[in-house]
Amino acid sequence: MTSLVELMDYDEVIEKYDPVLGLEVHVELHTNTKMFCGCANEFGGEPNTHTCPTCLGLPGSLPVVNGKAVESAIRIGLALNCEIAEWCRFARKNYFYPDMPKNFQTSQYDEPIAFNGWLDVTLDDGEVIRVEIERAHMEEDTGKSLHVGGATGRIHGAEHSLLDYNRAGVPLIEIVTKMIPGTGRRAPEVARAYVTALRDLLKALDVSDVRMDQGSLRCDANVSLTPKTTGELGTRTETKNVNSLRSVERAVRFEMTRQAAVLASGGTVTQETRHFDESSGSTSPGRKKETAEDYRYFPEPDLVPIAPSREWVEELRGTLPELPWERRARIQKDWNLTDEVLRDLVNAGALDLIEATVVAGAKPDEARSWWVSYLAQQANTRGVELSDLPITPGQVARVIELVNTNALTNKLAREAVNGVLEGEGSPDEVVEKRGLKVVSDDTALEKAVDEALAAQPDVAQKIRDGKVQAAGAIVGAVMKATKGQADAARVREIVLARCS
Amino acid sequence: MTNDLIHATAAELAAKIHSGEVSSVEVTQAHLDRIAETDGKVNAFLHVDAEGALAQARKVDADVKAGKVVSPLAGVPLALKDVMTTEGVPTTVGSKILEGWLPPYDATVTRKLKEAGVVILGKTNMDEFAMGSSTENSAYGPTHNPWDLDRIPGGSGGGSSAALAAHQAPLAIGTDTGGSIRQPGAVTGTVGVKPTYGGVSRYGLVAFSSSLDQAGPCARTVLDAALLHEIIAGHDEMDSTSINEPVPAVVAAAREGLNGDLSGVRVGVVTQFQGEGYQPGVLRSFQAAVSQLKELGAEIADVSCPSFDYALPAYYLIAPSECSSNLARFDAMRYGLRVGDDGTRSTEEVMSLTREAGFGDEVKRRIMIGTYALSSGYYDAYYGSAQKVRTLITRDFQKAFATFDVLISPTTPTTAFKIGERANDPIAMYKADLCTIPANLAGTPAMSVPSGLSDEDGLPVGLQIMAPALQDHRMYRVAAAYEAARGAFGGPSL
Repeated sequence: MTSLVELMDYDEVIEKYDPVLGLEVHVELHTNTKMFCGCANEFGGEPNTHTCPTCLGLPGSLPVVNGKAVESAIRIGLALNCEIAEWCRFARKNYFYPDMPKNFQTSQYDEPIAFNGWLDVTLDDGEVIRVEIERAHMEEDTGKSLHVGGATGRIHGAEHSLLDYNRAGVPLIEIVTKMIPGTGRRAPEVARAYVTALRDLLKALDVSDVRMDQGSLRCDANVSLTPKTTGELGTRTETKNVNSLRSVERAVRFEMTRQAAVLASGGTVTQETRHFDESSGSTSPGRKKETAEDYRYFPEPDLVPIAPSREWVEELRGTLPELPWERRARIQKDWNLTDEVLRDLVNAGALDLIEATVVAGAKPDEARSWWVSYLAQQANTRGVELSDLPITPGQVARVIELVNTNALTNKLAREAVNGVLEGEGSPDEVVEKRGLKVVSDDTALEKAVDEALAAQPDVAQKIRDGKVQAAGAIVGAVMKATKGQADAARVREIVLARCS
Repeated sequence: MTNDLIHATAAELAAKIHSGEVSSVEVTQAHLDRIAETDGKVNAFLHVDAEGALAQARKVDADVKAGKVVSPLAGVPLALKDVMTTEGVPTTVGSKILEGWLPPYDATVTRKLKEAGVVILGKTNMDEFAMGSSTENSAYGPTHNPWDLDRIPGGSGGGSSAALAAHQAPLAIGTDTGGSIRQPGAVTGTVGVKPTYGGVSRYGLVAFSSSLDQAGPCARTVLDAALLHEIIAGHDEMDSTSINEPVPAVVAAAREGLNGDLSGVRVGVVTQFQGEGYQPGVLRSFQAAVSQLKELGAEIADVSCPSFDYALPAYYLIAPSECSSNLARFDAMRYGLRVGDDGTRSTEEVMSLTREAGFGDEVKRRIMIGTYALSSGYYDAYYGSAQKVRTLITRDFQKAFATFDVLISPTTPTTAFKIGERANDPIAMYKADLCTIPANLAGTPAMSVPSGLSDEDGLPVGLQIMAPALQDHRMYRVAAAYEAARGAFGGPSL
């Protein structure tokens, strides 16, 4: 189906159009309880076990606002440099859907808790773009529908549908950017960088699990194209189901090339919701709506307005942790890094890991060296993010310590790391199981050196003749014979002593 | 004996039960017998829970025997409007769409009643989703006014008021969104109180219009209503709109009123609620009440509240708007009726067929009006304007209460009309709530106390007394004093 979609070459898109972005991010807060009731807010769980009359929307039930969620919303607003409303209300967004128990979502409409902010986003090459934030508002999540039977897993063609309301009423914060024009060729990258920056910020605030794969961070990407010839803002599409940072970038790029092709062929872009497909990297239209959606918003009469006092807001401002950009500046200064190196560390997703390794006792240089070289290679080979490698910063720090105390050579240290990555246990357990230790017994090394010299008499002669560099071959042979457990420097000393 | 028990007030019954003179089981059984005997004609009850009622009665009797302190109305039977959820006991809200639903939880009002040892006899009939002024909109047939079985008992809480008038219960719970406690009280000769909005928890009250709905006590005497009021009122953390203030001392106020002295109490007569469209007998009854209040020492003067003229149209935008959203949850997916689910139809088709079959005409009418009023492009003109009227009405009340302690008016423009008389004329039907709606829009307390019978048709008339927010006790004092001065006015013969 997607193969029939015409796409324009990306360079040509950029030549003819200016892309305009708008990003809506939904964040599930990891409060203990749901937004409007006392049910546990937990991912997973047997279906319909975290429910009560309120989150099931039973007749007669009423919502009560979770104060902790309001607190998180205000902290997010403050971290995004927003103004915090002195008075705001919830509103009902009315539409029918089986996984929404009340057939309205309790949300905020024209009175959001936070508005008019910004977030500075650093691109891969270090350029900083300021993304303006329109608003951040509170709302509740819906339940989940599981469509059984049929080919697509979507409602059409399904034999029946199952509903799980464990997620219904989970607190959500929706963060909406203003229109982001002027990013040109870099629009897809800006989109990814923004979501990344937002994710890091939310992580630092400790308000959400920010797991895109579990849906605790969800991004809807609005894309439109402004023809350079007319300068008129184009019709936008809203792409949903974008479940990873990489997908954000791919989805925006795809929509740009698709919309450009539509426009170039004389067509018009339809304002619609589209779904991103991870496997094909393409978007497809959502269900067609016969009429324009009218959500009939009105103030939620079951809840009283929220009027956060200025004292409380300032108190919450005082609870903001070191934010990602502040932290980066500190680390750069403490570790004495160039802009370039810092950026590489950030881009590699290594900064947190290195810092944690340093906190666990390693020196910054040593920690950096492990994460950006050997461990980065391992992550690359396995096709996973650095942070998803099955080794902790504490374990890396322990390996470094073993090297510094001469218990392991660098080569043995890499083997210890391999063992940890293979799930053999902690570094110490791997050292124990694999019998990794430096051979420091000179008698054993002298014996191995003598054997190597005897095996390669011509090399031995060269060394005796003063060609010291030839010693490398003998050292190599000894290392091989000792399975790498010898200290190469000591072996070299012995070789040179034997040949003098 | 049975006759004595069913004609006694709740306060009298409580005293007898608590002193051991009579058991709660006897009192309960007497009322169950009365229901069995009369409800074929009245149809006040949708569900009688004899077993649950007698179990509660036995528990109270054991407590009395054990000398345990019992709350003021422990052991006294009560009729509960079917809009309040009752765990494991059917709650239909007078609608087909909830037929067979057994709520898994008790409303806060239900819970408080149970905790106070009140004996819940069953669930009373009502206009579907509390939308109506005659109980004719019940999906389970109309309730008949015990004073004249051809006439309506008021609505939406006609079941509760008829149960009181028919002596099937000495106490009842109603809910009042635009007059659904007071108007039935007026036309059945019983007392009905709408407390200050937020005074009684709405948790478990199946919502019609959230910003207007308010549960309250119904009884045959002012003191009984006050006793019940104090049991069900109070802050509830399950309802964000419930007021976190001490419950007004309404029992003390009712007892004070019984002294018969209203000296210095300033009473304002709302000039908007008389004249054209008002039944002469109702107005004469009202004037007699005014004279009686004067004799009790009250200072009486007219007061004009011009915005009250716009209360009815504003109400018929706000209430349907909120109901269009509140009733969206009845979609056949989780509970209640499901129509057309034969494996061939889509979710939307099943939802539509269920709502088509499950909702009555008046409910559909209001859902449509509300959906329209909230639509983009119409919101400001309809819902927005109505909210402004609401503010104006609140200001009229504030102005009036700067001069007067309470305001009074007839509760309804007419006495009970005939069943079917206004069924095809929604506007005429809506006018039954002309005098009661302003208090809902302003969130202020108001009550109806019988002012005897209309001289032209011999049917009951209600006197409405209104007070400022949180000053519920003021109207109880005036009502109790008036009630004592008025004296008995007979009762229906069934």
